[in-house]
Amino acid sequence: MNRRILGQLLAPLLAAAVAIIVSSIALLIADESPITAFKAMWSNIDGTGAIILIVNRAVPYYVAGVAVAIGFKMNLFNIGAAGQYQLAALLAAAAGAAVSLWAPLHIAFVFVVAVVVGAAYAAIAGILKVWRGVNEVISTIMLNYIAIGISAFLLSEPLRNDLSGNLAATRSLPNSAHLPALDRLFSAIGFHLPGGVSLDGFLPFAILIGIGYWLLLNRSRFGFNLRVSGANPAAARTAGVNPKRMILITITLSGAIAGMIGLGPLLTEEFNYGDQFPKSLGFTGIAIALLGRNHPVGVAAAAVVWATIERATQPLSTIGIPQEIGVILQGSFLLAAVIAYEVVKRWSDAAEARAAAGRTPDVPMAETAIAETGVATT
Amino acid sequence: MGGDGAGPVSTAVATPVAIELRDIVKRFPGVVANDGVDLTVRAGSVHAIVGENGAGKSTLMKTLYGAHRPDEGTIVVDGKERHFRSPADAIDAGIGMVFQHFMLADNFTVWENVVLGSEPGNPVHLDIRGARRRITELAERYGLAVDPEELVSDLGVGDKQRVEILKVLYRGARILILDEPTAVLVPHEVDELFASLRDLTAHGSTVIFISHKLDEVLGNADAITVIRAGRTVGEVDDPSTVTSHQLAEMMVGSELPSPETREKTVRPEVVLEVRDLTVGVNSSEVSFGQLATGDAASQSVVTQASTTSEATVPATALRAVDRVSFSVHAGEIVGIAGVEGNGQTELVEAIMGLRDATGVVLLDGKDLGAMATLERRVAGIGYVPEDRQRDGMVLTFPIWENVLLGHQGGAPFVKGGFMDRGAIRDRAKQIVTEFDVRTPGIEVPAFTLSGGNQQKLIVGREMKSEPKVLLASHPTRGVDVGAQAVIWDILRAARAAGLATLLISADLEELIGLSDRLLVMLRGRIVAEVDPAAVTPVELGSYMTGATS
Repeated sequence: MNRRILGQLLAPLLAAAVAIIVSSIALLIADESPITAFKAMWSNIDGTGAIILIVNRAVPYYVAGVAVAIGFKMNLFNIGAAGQYQLAALLAAAAGAAVSLWAPLHIAFVFVVAVVVGAAYAAIAGILKVWRGVNEVISTIMLNYIAIGISAFLLSEPLRNDLSGNLAATRSLPNSAHLPALDRLFSAIGFHLPGGVSLDGFLPFAILIGIGYWLLLNRSRFGFNLRVSGANPAAARTAGVNPKRMILITITLSGAIAGMIGLGPLLTEEFNYGDQFPKSLGFTGIAIALLGRNHPVGVAAAAVVWATIERATQPLSTIGIPQEIGVILQGSFLLAAVIAYEVVKRWSDAAEARAAAGRTPDVPMAETAIAETGVATT
Repeated sequence: MGGDGAGPVSTAVATPVAIELRDIVKRFPGVVANDGVDLTVRAGSVHAIVGENGAGKSTLMKTLYGAHRPDEGTIVVDGKERHFRSPADAIDAGIGMVFQHFMLADNFTVWENVVLGSEPGNPVHLDIRGARRRITELAERYGLAVDPEELVSDLGVGDKQRVEILKVLYRGARILILDEPTAVLVPHEVDELFASLRDLTAHGSTVIFISHKLDEVLGNADAITVIRAGRTVGEVDDPSTVTSHQLAEMMVGSELPSPETREKTVRPEVVLEVRDLTVGVNSSEVSFGQLATGDAASQSVVTQASTTSEATVPATALRAVDRVSFSVHAGEIVGIAGVEGNGQTELVEAIMGLRDATGVVLLDGKDLGAMATLERRVAGIGYVPEDRQRDGMVLTFPIWENVLLGHQGGAPFVKGGFMDRGAIRDRAKQIVTEFDVRTPGIEVPAFTLSGGNQQKLIVGREMKSEPKVLLASHPTRGVDVGAQAVIWDILRAARAAGLATLLISADLEELIGLSDRLLVMLRGRIVAEVDPAAVTPVELGSYMTGATS
């Protein structure tokens, strides 16, 4: 087990080294000094304030990563998280603004709307897959475009707050639907955050989603069936796992979580859904799920890494270095990590097989003990 | 020329040595897979290498084939010492390997598969005609009849193996290594294979094959090397001087097991009854790729079609299982004999609810028709699938999680939708001790177990859930003699305790030894019922091929 954990840590370190080398080469080609660039990057992520801002940025990434990861766990590629969360955020924003409730209830109401919309929209892809065999990659990509179209239509008039304004947006949520930042909570326990920054109020919800994901995956029968279906579909079938039900539930569940991707920005920052609302979180989720190996903790680490690179590269343009170096860093890191994971996995599997073979007791078949070499079995 | 003590001296001097391995040592961390193996193979001979799973046969062959380098020892081919860095070096030296698991592209034709990787012609021109000519030539010379134009996906197992052999010959190999070539073949294909191998040696090639079927080794090999625990423990230069019993004892180093079941334990009550079960050839499997709605579709559409309403039943020619009826009593093992592909797989899958079928399946008199697979398992069917790694376990999961597989229907392992990890782990530990699963613990992934131990785990898992009926498909296929003995013991003990068992096997000795009754399946039908106490493997074989009816 320790060997596995070691491997899991080794791979990202290798990947980070590769990413730094690749981006250094890119910087050298662009005639910039990598040392200057990395110094500037470091200065922007150094300090408590910077770390809090990184965590804030990582929160929606994490939710997106988990949404995609749950599908990945049984080889379902939900590319539709983008469409699911945009539609969910839009309708949740509109519905939340239309009612007036006691604050906790109001926030819960917005949650429910977002989850239901995300799940329902993803279920379309699930139904198409089990009913007509439509590949979910194709259907979710197309559903993304449909979601963009629907959102544009709804924002053009039906749900638009101010028809005369330049910016299209829904009506803003009342105060009762705002999630407070966690600063006061921290102050209450005697820990004061540096001035000018505050910790995202959605963080506890993201943590709950992560814990829920972990429990579901590792402790529930559904999670077991999900993992078996992903690791060996034939064995799942033989074990009596109903393939179609699994597909439908998993896609729907992925959509339900995807529905919550936009809730962080909506409830803590934007308070309405409009042109300004972040739109690329769904696709970032795919990268983060891959990087985090679909593991509840791994995805969290991946989200933080992603946010760190983004934050680090922000000041580069002010010193004349193209900010796109961040994208190169992210891309090469992801690619290298996926390869490194695979390499490390093979290595640790082989090592584990050898170790197990070494520790396998030679139970005597009769009086002669027969060495089970394990490695050399025919 | 070391190591041929007992052989007849006259021939030993006359025939040159094709391969000589001396003191081969191959270590993997923690394990010595080969610990001083000697092997001398004469040119133009069929040489068998026998040994249990894990004895080091495959490691040795990989060394010879250049798949890895030995830590110590020398390889001499045709009198010249060789150091293989890769399989390409071995092929250059004229050594070719035919693997147990075919490596063929299904949607390519025979000739395309043969030339794949060493295409004739130049980079812009593929010399198709030349390729075909050469393949036909090779096929004729060595009696490997296959049509070069046929799609590999349309070929039977025996034909596919011939294509694999052609591939190796096409690359100019004169020394062929075959890794358990008969594991996938039926009796008459085995005969054809050995006839082809004879033709090869008659033309000057040398054949080395790995096997643990001793009868075919004795019947077909010119010389035998026995390997146990990484060492050469016996060399037989004249197979007529040894019996299979002696060989087996050399392999195991102790008494060999026998499948025999003695006193009858059959009870009057019928546990499993199958009536007019019919499966279409293209019956849909209930699988992850399938197109149909949620719950309803995954339950097999077992309608209680009366035998007269033929309209609902596929035409005879399209039936994988054709109106099969039989019953299994408590305390009884009913064996199903048959050449593979005659409907046994479909029959078992239909009973498990994994395949659409018509007809009736009763368990303790209760109709299983509307039940999904998991419900059938909960109702009391234990299942040992024929392909353990594909259908029976998840290799990357730890042993204890594999114990849950197929038994996640409810108590004792699942409570309120959550896994009772303590109960599952306890069960896993019980299985490991009671069924002699050799493993360092229950937390290691299943892929670390040898084949025999994986199978003991599966059989143990099914037995510990105390089923009313056990469907055992090829329960000892590809496992070593030790594991085979354990599994036979388990089946016998369960039978004595009143379990009804349906045993499907390709091992005729196993079928005859364990079964109380034997049914023979041919082209989807049950064509004969024989008494295992009175039938010989030869008679059984003729029923299986339709020679006798």
